[in-house]
Amino acid sequence: MKILACIKQVPAKDAPLAIAEGGAWIREADVTFEMNEPDSFALEEALRLKEKHGGEVVVISMGPERVKQTIKEALAKGADRGIHVADEKFYALDPLSAARSLAAAIAKESPDLVLTGLQSDDHGFGQTGVLLAALLDLPHATLIMQIEVTGGRMKLKRELEAGWFQWVESPLPAVLTIQSGINKVRYATLKGIMAAKKKEIATIARESLGVTSEATQRIERIYVPQKTKKTEFISGTAKEAAGKLIEKLRHEARVL
Amino acid sequence: MNVLVITEQRDGKFNPTSFEALAAGQQIAAETQGRLAGVVIGKGVAALADELAKVKLDEAWLAEHELLEAYTPDSYTIALSQVIAQAKPDLILLPHTYQVRDFAPKLAASLGKGMIGDCVGYRNENGKLIFVRQMFQGRTAADVTFLGDGPCFASLQAGAFRGDQLARGASPAPVKTAAVELKPEQIRTKPLELFREAKQAVDLTQAPILVAVGRGIKAAENIALAEKLAKALGAELCASRPICDEGWLPMDRQIGSSGQTVSPKLYLALGISGAIQHVVGMKGSRTIVAINKDANAPIFEVADYGIVGDIFELIPALTEELSKSA
Repeated sequence: MKILACIKQVPAKDAPLAIAEGGAWIREADVTFEMNEPDSFALEEALRLKEKHGGEVVVISMGPERVKQTIKEALAKGADRGIHVADEKFYALDPLSAARSLAAAIAKESPDLVLTGLQSDDHGFGQTGVLLAALLDLPHATLIMQIEVTGGRMKLKRELEAGWFQWVESPLPAVLTIQSGINKVRYATLKGIMAAKKKEIATIARESLGVTSEATQRIERIYVPQKTKKTEFISGTAKEAAGKLIEKLRHEARVL
Repeated sequence: MNVLVITEQRDGKFNPTSFEALAAGQQIAAETQGRLAGVVIGKGVAALADELAKVKLDEAWLAEHELLEAYTPDSYTIALSQVIAQAKPDLILLPHTYQVRDFAPKLAASLGKGMIGDCVGYRNENGKLIFVRQMFQGRTAADVTFLGDGPCFASLQAGAFRGDQLARGASPAPVKTAAVELKPEQIRTKPLELFREAKQAVDLTQAPILVAVGRGIKAAENIALAEKLAKALGAELCASRPICDEGWLPMDRQIGSSGQTVSPKLYLALGISGAIQHVVGMKGSRTIVAINKDANAPIFEVADYGIVGDIFELIPALTEELSKSA
């Protein structure tokens, strides 16, 4: 089975964010980047399916030169090769244009299965997997918690809201978005890191894919949200703060 | 601007977020001198269309077909694109549910259009709509506008609009039946049974006080600290998703979009950053206390009381304070 995992590089979870001049993105120079956590579950699932059914895991990531680091991390974990869709201003693409570019690159590979995370921790559009299915004209299912492959078909456990699940059957090829927590993500081993050095990363310039980048939407500006609630901050040592908080909960909020 | 709201139903009952989307639709249609329509999709849901028609709107659409009995992204996309061709809206609003996330981007893309997802509000600047959504896990907001011709798609976060402020019409709106053509071979996935993993052992919605832990708790062995505090408060212990994913607390103690939605009188968020998936499950709590080492954590947006500090010092301090004064 040829499995293609889409991985995005995003600012590290605890990276301090400063808004860039122009106001439409963050100041990248200030932050470190890492693999989008939801995508790491998709990658892990791809590696497990390969271990069970054989085949190949190809990872694809779009963005500037730095995303190669994330591709290398995936190769170190066991992916067979990487595709880098190079675009310095990837952050400015709307979801449909980003998906059109990825779909064009993925179509060349004709994978049996395309996996993505459920959303990215930066833009958080949560649309890429579903859009890829639409653009590649493949069936899809989202928020997947279990994949069973038998005889060219899949039985999938899909998470619904409020503790409900559903079994869904799907033919292959297909696109799945993976729910976070489906598996325990592996760490790269030293051996894996060494082996990754010999693995191929193909770079494709996004413009060379010949897809329209006519945007359907634009981020005008990003900003620190206005508070809807006034938060009373309590200071002091841990002991002092604890005392003051309990006092306030008892006599001001009257919830204790 | 003519607005079409795509409602969501399961087993003949509206998902209540549908009323929030309709309330947003009423507001936008009124402000832009447009018409408001709503659609009910499914099989045997005519009664729901009649119910929809009682809402103050210009027309209620009924999209029914044998093949719409169980939800599939293929059938919904095909049927709804046919409804859109007949209703001709400029703007399509949907509640941002798991189901909408599953089909709406595909529906928009099938028409070559874009969707602004998970909006928390909008502004009308001289007739131009600016949608507000969160980015970076709620750490920033973003103003987003549509480019090009409509129809445009926007999905609305649960709780962003008030469903209870939905206006009822003086008389029912006309119900129009949409022509829907679907063939079995167009539906590629096969939906099977719905199920719950286990009987929900704890009903967190009934707990008056909840102590919730997040990533900041760092390790399974630290859960005991929070447990002691919960005991001292007479509270139930719960968590954000990553903690349950790690198996440090069972899945049925998860608060948020994939877990339970609660509104206790007191909610203590310990080491929880406040990703939106968590916040939607607890923002209705009467009093919210957040303790986090990061002063910029979005959890403070919804907190009544905040302490910027180390939970490993503050949790024992709180437990001790309670035991000494009790």
